[in-house]
Amino acid sequence: MTSLQLKGRLWVLQRDGELVSDIDTDMIFHNQYLAITDIAKMGQYSFDNLEGFKDFAELAKPGDIILAGDNFGSGSSRQQAVDCFRCLGVQAIIARSYGAIYKRNAINSAFPVITMANAKASDFTHMEVVVLDMEKGIMGEKKTQAMSGVQKDIFFAGGLFEYAETLK
Amino acid sequence: MGRTLIEKIITAHGAGECTGGDVVWLGIDNRSARDFAGANVVGNLEKYGGESPIDDPEKTFFTFDCNVPANTIPYATNQHRIRLFAREQNLKIWDVNAGIGSHVVIEEGLARPGTTTIGTDSHLNIMGAVGAFGQGMGDVDTAFAFKSGKVWFQVPTTVRVTLTGMPAAGTEAKDVALAMLKEFGSHTLLGKSVEVQGEWLDQAALSDCITFSSLGTEMGAIIILLAPNQNVLDAFGMKREEAFYADDDAEYEKEYTLDITGLEPHLAAPPNPHNVHPVSEYKEVMVDGVFIGSCTNGTYEDMAYAAKLLKGRKVADGVMLKVVPATRKTWDRLLHEGLLADLFDAGAIVSNAGCGGCASGQIGMTGLKEVQVSTSNRNFTGKQGRGDTYLAGIGTAVATAVLGRIATVHELEEV
Ligand code: SF4
Repeated sequence: MTSLQLKGRLWVLQRDGELVSDIDTDMIFHNQYLAITDIAKMGQYSFDNLEGFKDFAELAKPGDIILAGDNFGSGSSRQQAVDCFRCLGVQAIIARSYGAIYKRNAINSAFPVITMANAKASDFTHMEVVVLDMEKGIMGEKKTQAMSGVQKDIFFAGGLFEYAETLK
Repeated sequence: MGRTLIEKIITAHGAGECTGGDVVWLGIDNRSARDFAGANVVGNLEKYGGESPIDDPEKTFFTFDCNVPANTIPYATNQHRIRLFAREQNLKIWDVNAGIGSHVVIEEGLARPGTTTIGTDSHLNIMGAVGAFGQGMGDVDTAFAFKSGKVWFQVPTTVRVTLTGMPAAGTEAKDVALAMLKEFGSHTLLGKSVEVQGEWLDQAALSDCITFSSLGTEMGAIIILLAPNQNVLDAFGMKREEAFYADDDAEYEKEYTLDITGLEPHLAAPPNPHNVHPVSEYKEVMVDGVFIGSCTNGTYEDMAYAAKLLKGRKVADGVMLKVVPATRKTWDRLLHEGLLADLFDAGAIVSNAGCGGCASGQIGMTGLKEVQVSTSNRNFTGKQGRGDTYLAGIGTAVATAVLGRIATVHELEEV
């Protein structure tokens, strides 16, 4: 059963000791691949336009968790920028803040995006195994925002429309 | 602790006590989709809607306004797919003859003070003009609202802007909105609910409020939410007690003041809406076309003002003046009150009600090097063709059309 406790390897997206901010949807899933509609084909292009992490898709393993800076997922409304991570089995994204549409898209697909308002690159070690508790709002020793009620409802249902099914 | 206007509206729509930052389920009074993205909403409902894809047919409808009537086969096909679905589900369509959806919904009294509206139009936050919540959303969220009657929503934090003083004579709501863009750009108000107050807004007409709030999207705001003044209440036949207002002791995340005393007409030069300057600095720019209309400046009052200024004058040789009233009701009044004749006699091309200038090709695009003045809300490169677009109010647009170069409304007096 889906759980609010996740354990996984942590990708610390950093450059020069700073978490990378303003990772936009073109860095996550470039517009040259927008015609792809099959989620199984999306994973291979994840971050292939993000300087320093272009080999992400090759090295990522199911269960991984990603840590980034501010404004993650700014830019376009493309759903693929969420689905590419789901395809690879990435479990969650932790960031200081998100682009508004990206956050809506992720929550609507039951993909955990969690805010850690004052995250720093030095808080974690790249590739360490961390435990994320989305109910209590804690990862390792550090506080995160807890999942909101809405986010939880959709998460457990498996998506916005799956949640709608449970309404009637 | 007192609450802001958006917190009160959201609380009253099934969300319970809430404050900026909370994520809530928000009940939606008006669930709409337009011809743009409407077919995707239908697609989602066909896939996920099950036996009962529509929560409440009385509150759910389509408004066709982008490409009306459809001038490409894909648009026509999408519109018709929506019609078939709507017939099957007994949903109302304001079809290709009705006009811009957001305006129709206000005109019909559906989006009245204190209500909530969502749909696939990024300018639906225009409802802030009447002290109501409105928000553009994607097709998945919109389909979900069709099916369930609600959406999840993160309550934005609220900031307040106080406008001090009164603008100069001949300055319009559009100029005041442009002054806001000049001051705040596209980032300062990002993600905020923005309550604006001041002497100018206390006396503003409903049409002015609509123009003013419509540019909230260009400021990055979730909404520019105005407390309904007497003019707005009267337009809906409502009493003050029936509308929502922020508490006197409401707490704002930030407060700003903007002095608009003696404000002169402004324009937004290419390539973006916050590149704002006084019109008088651009007098040497020759123009090829002028567009009057859009959800920003397409009301009856806008059109009537344009007709008044154009009466007995002529559009300059070589300049195309395109006029698109926002709704069929406005068209009706212009026609029967004789104002259409004033527009026509001056040389204007008057098109059927709708979005006109934004919707690709509907009333013509601009070509490379073509210069246009538009009363619309976006002038990003490529948005309305390959030419250069300047955004301005009605007076500036008319004076420019008559003089053939960018001009202020004051210069018309000499013509
Ligand atoms: S006039 Fe333009 S900006 Fe306004 S609703 Fe229509 S397409 Fe959108």
